[in-house]
Amino acid sequence: MKDTISGKVYVVGDNIDTDVTIPARFLTTMDPAFLGRHAMEDLDPKQYPVPFLNRDGTCDYRIIIAGRNFGCGSSREHAPIALHAAGIDAVVASSFARIFYRNCVNGGLLLPLESTMDLTAFFKTGDEGEIRVADNVADIINHSQQQLFPSRSFGPVKEIIEAGGLTAYNKKRLGLV
Amino acid sequence: MTGQTITERILASASNKERVSPRETIEARVNVLMMHDVTSSDAIKLLKKEFEGKVADGLKVVVTPDHYVPAKDIASAKLYQELKEFVKEQEARGADIVPYMLEGGDYGVCHVMLPEKGHVLPGQVIVGGDSHTCTYGAFGAFSTGVGTTEAGNVLATGRLWFRVPESMKIEVNGKMPRNVMAKDLFLRVVGDIGVDGALYQAMEWTGPTIITMNMDERMTLTNMAIEAGAKSGIIAPDDITFDYLVDKGVMRRDFFYRKSWLESLGRIKSDSDAQYIAVKKIDASGLEPLVAKPSLPSNVVPASQLKDVRINQAYIGGCTGGKWTDFDAAAEILRGQKIAKGVRLLVVPSTADIQRELVRNGLYDTFMDAGAIFSAPTCGACLGGYMGILAPGESCISSTNRNFRGRMGDPSSEVYLASPKTVAASAIAGHITGAEK
Repeated sequence: MKDTISGKVYVVGDNIDTDVTIPARFLTTMDPAFLGRHAMEDLDPKQYPVPFLNRDGTCDYRIIIAGRNFGCGSSREHAPIALHAAGIDAVVASSFARIFYRNCVNGGLLLPLESTMDLTAFFKTGDEGEIRVADNVADIINHSQQQLFPSRSFGPVKEIIEAGGLTAYNKKRLGLV
Repeated sequence: MTGQTITERILASASNKERVSPRETIEARVNVLMMHDVTSSDAIKLLKKEFEGKVADGLKVVVTPDHYVPAKDIASAKLYQELKEFVKEQEARGADIVPYMLEGGDYGVCHVMLPEKGHVLPGQVIVGGDSHTCTYGAFGAFSTGVGTTEAGNVLATGRLWFRVPESMKIEVNGKMPRNVMAKDLFLRVVGDIGVDGALYQAMEWTGPTIITMNMDERMTLTNMAIEAGAKSGIIAPDDITFDYLVDKGVMRRDFFYRKSWLESLGRIKSDSDAQYIAVKKIDASGLEPLVAKPSLPSNVVPASQLKDVRINQAYIGGCTGGKWTDFDAAAEILRGQKIAKGVRLLVVPSTADIQRELVRNGLYDTFMDAGAIFSAPTCGACLGGYMGILAPGESCISSTNRNFRGRMGDPSSEVYLASPKTVAASAIAGHITGAEK
């Protein structure tokens, strides 16, 4: 797990579902590079005029700041895989849909951070953000606005996050490494 | 010490503890893992690469390809092929693996297949690589959806960590009006509490309306738990559960067996002093046909308010709305009727057995005579896979479970969720309407 993640943030609202994150028409593969090129493809452009991906399929963002219930809907792990392949390393949300949260913890690709309040009003897309993990919590920093917010505690899942995901965690416990 | 909920009971037993408390993190043994074509590929690779390829002892694996089968394109044909090879390899290794493949024709949508084939029993812990795995709670099992990494780790270890959920009790009284189904009851609840109203919780359904409900209808309630953000949905097992299992050949029919089974269920129910994070009471007799408008399942209004919404497609199918009872209810509305001009009605039975019953009982003719199009079992267009994708700007009324943006096709198309009766009535009218009382 990275202790520090810094880069531009992309801000979304409540109830961002996994159909928007990676539409089902792309689920015939789990190839990260392919999925990454379609991450957030079905976000409503009326609501999100700044596209998540550039025209050439690259992404300028490293952190997503979201409201409630991020990742609701399908259990598809394609969702965190797509976001990570696009360039995202952390998602900050005031709450997560539980399967998406578990996929982040267990898959070990994306760091899921629960904020203590809705941070979407304190960040705007393109702001420079930073995540600093210390013990069982993290600081969520907006350098553009010079503000710092605490995350909620990771709780007991910190062990799995620290191991780098459920596979590494289980292998260590089973003495396979 | 206060009592325990049915969910806490099951999780305590599965983690070898006297009792567990909400929010506690535990590791539980898993009885059954469900695998389908979309989410299994990397789990299979993970098992081979990281854990020497052996399925854990004591774990039953049920394999039910359903999302993109019969294969919709070359990529999905390869996903299916990979699953088939995995089954063959694990059978040779002596794993407890039960496949329902297309070869031979006995296949279908996972969440209807597993109960139908007797793989869901009260008190079990069941996980699957699909968010609607919460369906099996209708049988008094603890069941929940997991991701691919989790599925791979469950294959290898037969165990998984859980945060014990708080339980929300939903007590339902009263006789449901004839034009109302379990789907309307769920929509009422999610409309009230929102798509994260039961986040991380177990939605436990009780009350006189629930204990007289058949298993298909109970499955609709538990299937959609995830649409309120819940970890699981659950209903205590009773003699209706028992009769279903007898009917499917899982349980013996004799009297003494039944008696001892029902007595043993005393361990698989909530104590009267169990603790709930919320208790919700609903009078089912006051319900009316409801519809969830785009693009959230919680965007619920009475069907009567949407008379101006014209539809291009009506869809009866999926794990939520493609069970025998769903077709039986829709056929009751469609019998002797013709669907409106300009409407496509897609009928997609969830399993081969249901399809066979539809033909045998004359419902196939009822749908065809009304002007419907029949499909082989598949998840199909429910998740925008294939077999009924919507063009830009089109509207569909559907007995399925999600209406997110772009769910069934073009991002500008719209999905309205409703009961099979409302879908049938709307197909006849050409616009959204509930069935007559």
